Amino acid sequence: MPKIKLPKKSPHIDMTPMVDLFTLLLTFFILTATTRPQEPAPVDTPFSVSEKVVMDANIMTVMLASDNRVFFNVDNGPDTILHFRPKILAEMGKRYNIEFTPEELRKFEKGNMAFGVPIQQMKAYLAAGSMKDKEALETKGIPIDSADNQLALWILFSRQINPAVQTLIKGDSNVDYPIVKEVLDILQDKNVNRFNLITNLEAVKVEQEITE
Amino acid sequence: MAEIIQEEKQKGGKKKPKKGSAHIDMTPMVDLMCLLLTFFMLTTAFSKPKVMEIVLPEKIRKDEKVEPPKIAESRTLNIILGPEDKVYWYPGKADPASPPPLQETDFSATGIRQILLDRNRALFKKIDDFEKKVVSGEIEIRQDSLASAIKLLKTDDDTGPIVLIKAYKTSKYKNFVDIIDEMSIVGIARYTFTDISWIEEGMVNTSLGIAPPPAAAK
Repeated sequence: MPKIKLPKKSPHIDMTPMVDLFTLLLTFFILTATTRPQEPAPVDTPFSVSEKVVMDANIMTVMLASDNRVFFNVDNGPDTILHFRPKILAEMGKRYNIEFTPEELRKFEKGNMAFGVPIQQMKAYLAAGSMKDKEALETKGIPIDSADNQLALWILFSRQINPAVQTLIKGDSNVDYPIVKEVLDILQDKNVNRFNLITNLEAVKVEQEITE
Repeated sequence: MAEIIQEEKQKGGKKKPKKGSAHIDMTPMVDLMCLLLTFFMLTTAFSKPKVMEIVLPEKIRKDEKVEPPKIAESRTLNIILGPEDKVYWYPGKADPASPPPLQETDFSATGIRQILLDRNRALFKKIDDFEKKVVSGEIEIRQDSLASAIKLLKTDDDTGPIVLIKAYKTSKYKNFVDIIDEMSIVGIARYTFTDISWIEEGMVNTSLGIAPPPAAAK
C-alpha cells in the first residue's frame, strides 16, 4: 500500500485578500482625508447640541486660547486663485507702514494656520521656520485693546477684501467672559452680528432630551 | 500555482530548469500599506467641528438717537451667569431701592432648563396642539414643511419670555455657550445679551457673600 503523502503546504500565506482589503481602506481614507489644521494653541471647545457643520470656505476665525490670547485666521476664499490672504496682509502692512516682500506674502498665503502676533512682529513670524520658533513669538496674541486694536483691523480688511466672509469664534471653555465680550463688541462695531461658535457635539444632552 | 508546479515535478521525472515562483513577495507592500493606512486613519478628522449660530441684535451706537426697544416687564426673565458654573435668575426689573431676590440654579436638566420650560409652557402647548391637529388631520400639511411650520410658531410667539442674559465678570466662555445652547433646547425665540448693571453685580456679590463696598451700594 502506498503511503498517503500529505501534500506539502507552501510556507507562504496567500496575502491577496488582505492586500485587497488594505488597498480599499487606504483609498477610502486618502479620499476622505481632511487633514486637521495645525493649531498654535490647544483649544478645548465647549459642548452644545448644535448639529450644523462648519463651513468649508469664506471663513475668518477668531480663536481664544485658555490663557486669554487672541488668534486670528482667515482663509483664501473658495478658490486659491483669489489670493485673499496676501491681499489682507498687504492692506494691514499699508496701515502700519510695513512693506511685505512678495516672498513674505507668498509664505503668508501658504500657511493656513491661525496666528497670534502683532503686525509689527509679522515679518519675524513669517521668517520663523519651525512651529517652536513661531510659538515663541505668540506670547501675547493679537492686540485687542482700544489703543491698538489690530483685531478690529484684521476683521475690517478681511471683510473688505472678501465680503462673503463669515465669522467663526473658536473659544476655549475656560476663557474669561470679559474677553469674549470684548471680541464680540469688536465684531459688532464692525457690523458683524452673525457669529458661529465652534462647539463639540454633546451626545449626553440629546439622550436626556429623548428620555424626558 | 506553486502547488501545480510541485505536482508537475512529481509527475515528470525529468529535471526541468527551475521556474521562478509566480508569487511575488508582497510583505514589503503590505508593510507600507499598513503604515499609510494607520497614518491616514490617525490624521483624518472624522467629525467636522460643529458650529452654533447666534445672531445678536445690532448695536445701538451712541451718536444715533434711537431708543432701545421697550419690553414688557412681565415677560422679562433675567439670567446672570455667575462664577463656577452658577446661574442666577430673577424675573422682571431690578429696582435699585429693593433688589429682587436672586434665585440660584445650575446648568443641569433640572436647573435652568426647567425654569425656562415652565416659562415657555404656553408656547409648548401651542406646538403640542398644532401637532395633535396635524396627526388628527384637522390641519393638512406636508411632512417636510412640518418642521419649518413649528419653527415659525416659535418665532411668531408673543407670549413666551424675553430672556436677558448677563454675565458676571468671572464667568467663563463655557457658560456663555451653555446658556445659548439651553435657549435652543428650550426653544426660546427672544433672548439677547446685555451688559450687567451695577445693581445686578451687587446682587450677585451679596449672594456670593462678598460685601459690597458701601460707596458702591448707593
